[in-house]
Amino acid sequence: MVVAVAAAAASSTWLTCALLPRQGWLHGIQQPTPSLQWTNKKRCCTRKAGSTITAKLELKPPPYPLNALEPHMSQETLEYHWGKHHRGYVDNLNKQIIGTELDEMPLEDIIITTYNKGDILPPFNNAAQIWNHDFFWESMKPGGGGKPFGELLQLIERDFGSFEKFVEEFRSAASTQFGSGWAWLAYKANRLDVGNAENPRPSDEDKKLVVVKSPNAINPLVWDYSPLLTIDVWEHAYYLDFQIRRPDYISIFMEKLVSWEAVSSRLEIAKARATEREEEEKRKKEEKEVGNSDNQAVEMFVDSKSDDSETE
Amino acid sequence: MAFRPLLSRTLGLTQTLTHSHNLSQLRGLQTFSLPDLSYDYGALEPAISGEIMQLHHQKHHQAYITNYNKALEQLEDAIAKGDSSSVVKLQSAIKFNGGGHINHSIFWKNLSPVSEGGGEPPHGSLGWAIDTHFGSMEVLVQKINAEGAALQGSGWVWLGLDKESKKLVVDTTANQDPLVTKGANLVPLLGIDVWEHAYYLQYKNVRPDYLKNIWKVINWKYASQVYGKECP
Repeated sequence: MVVAVAAAAASSTWLTCALLPRQGWLHGIQQPTPSLQWTNKKRCCTRKAGSTITAKLELKPPPYPLNALEPHMSQETLEYHWGKHHRGYVDNLNKQIIGTELDEMPLEDIIITTYNKGDILPPFNNAAQIWNHDFFWESMKPGGGGKPFGELLQLIERDFGSFEKFVEEFRSAASTQFGSGWAWLAYKANRLDVGNAENPRPSDEDKKLVVVKSPNAINPLVWDYSPLLTIDVWEHAYYLDFQIRRPDYISIFMEKLVSWEAVSSRLEIAKARATEREEEEKRKKEEKEVGNSDNQAVEMFVDSKSDDSETE
Repeated sequence: MAFRPLLSRTLGLTQTLTHSHNLSQLRGLQTFSLPDLSYDYGALEPAISGEIMQLHHQKHHQAYITNYNKALEQLEDAIAKGDSSSVVKLQSAIKFNGGGHINHSIFWKNLSPVSEGGGEPPHGSLGWAIDTHFGSMEVLVQKINAEGAALQGSGWVWLGLDKESKKLVVDTTANQDPLVTKGANLVPLLGIDVWEHAYYLQYKNVRPDYLKNIWKVINWKYASQVYGKECP
């Protein structure tokens, strides 16, 4: 594919590194956060003559046929958007990561690793766009739209004032993301607004729903948020059906396409994950305190001159 | 460069003015209007379809101009009131929309129908400079196409002239950033819009095909003129 060749020609140094398993993407780069549970797998397989090694990422189809979102999103759009753009990201990422440490890593780990705290590595764009598009197809359904329900609706009303105000904010984010990008509803837990700073006094108030927008391939995973809903505002997402009329596309998306069931189940998972993390952090803190008190006990035994000694 | 003919046309604006627009003129605020193309929308076919040319010019470029004018008016108010917050907040709208107006104004001049010399390589000093700096036209085209295809998201690919060093450069800008944001001495000779709206209806996801074909309608005469002014 010409694009991949062009990209390779433009940046041949990283491509060369990719062919050396020991070096490559993680050379000199900090490990991802422990919560991702990535381990340094040894590459023990040998390449036999004639055998092909393929990176294993596959293009996942949307959970409905390509014409199922008509007339709100045309079959033609799905054919190009999923069949060409999304497929292209998968094919290109496979070519980029084959034979490197990124190969066989879960997609989310590839995204965080290649985001590289903002100093973005070449595979990031493809990896993140694969994830973003999977997430986008699953954010819609035939006969979608309407209103959310249950706990999701409660949280929306709590954090935005009302469902209408949330829709207003989401539409605004989607229309004002200049150039290519995405708008998101996300669940934010115990993260301060300043970079990756740890919240020293986490409380339930820090867990909330937020609307955010992001340029090009960036998504809220890199900010450690849990995405719940997205709309693609790259021009290719709406140009065949709406041309320049992005606001109309956004309206149709909200009124006819959003799958609130998907958003609700993602919220449940996000909350469970936040709770799990809290418990793990609490456990770690307790282990640390036990460790400290052990040290103090040793000192007390050594110092027998204290008044607290049992000997008279 | 591109602005002088636009401003003189603006001073002659009539029926489409709104009341507030009139007031702005009274206060001396220059407003901008859509420059005409010197060719029909369909004249660049088959390289670029008439449908795209019409949408691109009448809708996209016009929207940048409308929003640019609005932002400038708001900026003027904010400056007059000493409202620094608003002044700073308006910068991104001015950059997006003003940049969009600058870039597209150049772009229409970078194109011309085959019947009017579109696609004909530059002779004279620019042709010579290209051969000197890049080796050949083929190499330049390959470089521009590679950078244009590799650009992630929306933006432009440029052939520019550094007016200090007199060197030709190939560079890209993101979104609607004008070339000057990559270097104060850079003068745009030729820009190719690689936002999806520039090619999607015709080429869909195959941006490399758009880049391959656009050279058939590139107006090297304009680029040579600009070059000649900086390097007489």
